[in-house]
Amino acid sequence: MTAPSARTPRTAWIAPGWWFVAPALTLIVVFFVGPVLAAIVLSFTDFDLYALADPRAARWVGLRNYSRVLQEPLFWQALRNTLYFALVGGPLTVAASLGAALLVNARALRWKGTARAVFFAPFVTTLVAVAIVWRYLYHPRYGLLNWMLGHVGVQPIDWLGDPRWAMPAIILMATWKNFGYNMLIFIAGLQNIPRELHEAAALDGATPFQRFRHVTIPMLAPTMFFVVIVTMIGYLQLFTEPYVMTQGGPLRATTSLVLYMYEEGFRWWRLGVAAAIAFLLFLVIVLFTLLQRRISPRGAA
Amino acid sequence: MTMARAREFRTGTVALYAALVVFGALSLLPLLWMLSASFMAQGEATTFPPALLPRNPTLVHYRDLFGRLALGRYAMNSALVATVTTIGALAINASAGYAFAKLRFRGRDATFRAMAAGLAIPVQVAMLPLFLLIKSLGLVNNYGGVIIPGLSSIFGIFLVRQYALAIPDDLLDAARIDGASEFRVFRSIVLPTIQPVLATLALWTFLATWNDFMWPLIVLSDDRKYTLPVALAGLVGEHAQDVELMMAGAVITVLPVLILFLMLQRYYVEGVTEGSVK
Repeated sequence: MTAPSARTPRTAWIAPGWWFVAPALTLIVVFFVGPVLAAIVLSFTDFDLYALADPRAARWVGLRNYSRVLQEPLFWQALRNTLYFALVGGPLTVAASLGAALLVNARALRWKGTARAVFFAPFVTTLVAVAIVWRYLYHPRYGLLNWMLGHVGVQPIDWLGDPRWAMPAIILMATWKNFGYNMLIFIAGLQNIPRELHEAAALDGATPFQRFRHVTIPMLAPTMFFVVIVTMIGYLQLFTEPYVMTQGGPLRATTSLVLYMYEEGFRWWRLGVAAAIAFLLFLVIVLFTLLQRRISPRGAA
Repeated sequence: MTMARAREFRTGTVALYAALVVFGALSLLPLLWMLSASFMAQGEATTFPPALLPRNPTLVHYRDLFGRLALGRYAMNSALVATVTTIGALAINASAGYAFAKLRFRGRDATFRAMAAGLAIPVQVAMLPLFLLIKSLGLVNNYGGVIIPGLSSIFGIFLVRQYALAIPDDLLDAARIDGASEFRVFRSIVLPTIQPVLATLALWTFLATWNDFMWPLIVLSDDRKYTLPVALAGLVGEHAQDVELMMAGAVITVLPVLILFLMLQRYYVEGVTEGSVK
């Protein structure tokens, strides 16, 4: 045996880089990669409350969980609700972000820092807490929102109690909570537009609106597509808002895929079924990600 | 400037500030109402027309929350979980981010690419087996179960790596030639250099952990161990009618993160622009 010389301890055989990344990689493998792979296996078993007590009780059931979930009307409703939230809420949030960014970035504006902080404040707040606040803002009789709308002649709306309004109400709340985040990204994007472009357009007699339409929008378009898709992917994971504000109701109108998964998995302890739901959600997210890859320019993503 | 141009400029500015006031009011109104209602007497927030300001401001709900309802305990739980997670995440992600940026070792780039691909997998997919793992480790209803899975974050590693890429290699090599070990180089040269991004990472981790709901809801079953958001969600089930009390609870939950954000805004914003425009 050729012992390593005294000056080179055994550990030197492993590149120092690995020692630096080892703690992080170990944690990621054990607490993320491993569980993701295990979830595939779990989704093919009938893991339930009995198996929770004794894992040997779980049996392999092949694709049965998937076929059961796909035949469940509640799954399709949860999917529709989730897509509604993402496809309407995503663009709406991004539109609000863009509006706020244009405001903050306007050259005539003073106190830019203050404006930016005010718009960003909702994003840093605790979701559970502000969801509770909005529950009361949405109160059909005493809520601030109906009172304000009453001034412009709108009849009281039962925001969270009417199946048609519950999802729009959650979308509005999420837009309020999240627009500040993308606003920061847009502000950075706006500042990257060369000032000469605007000046040249102004010299050619373009009105501010024309400059917005023909200079700002085309220059910002790549960022915009990217941001819309990323926001929608985040929105596909809707959970806390319906959990706190509506418990998925009324008439299941706000039950999202993640809430459905949570109920199956952690309320009824049907972990096999819940894992199948999780993978179906993953599939939807993969579709959105592929879309993002396709439209994002120069590999910006 | 002609008169017409000047007038156009002035109306533009007025419109700008009007839009700003409307946007700003919408942004702050829910938070201001939360604060105001938390000082109202019981029942005052459920009147028509809605009361905007408390007639006789009272602290009774805060006294109730910290006394009878023991919200102070939950605040301590949240502070503990968020602090420990932040310290651990700093150590773990800073060293990994630096190594991925500046140290050469076989398999580095492939590992990094694999990690980047992992970002596309939603955390919910891992949650069910993760719960079983936590259970088999005896960490259900234990802060360890809440903290450990959050220690290492791919986002955190990305953030640090992006920043560490700018460290000049000459600086590191000079120290190595002087005989410093890799660990020594990291501690006395790299860490001081990347301090700003560490502040960003610390702030993001702290706020994300403080605000997190779904995972602590799953792991913690004993209500004495709840974090603030989990406790608050439970409280609203029993006290849905006590609007003013719930608003005080929301203020207690939100205020610490808002204050932290306002004090350290610069670092927080850094995280958004660095993290998203990779």
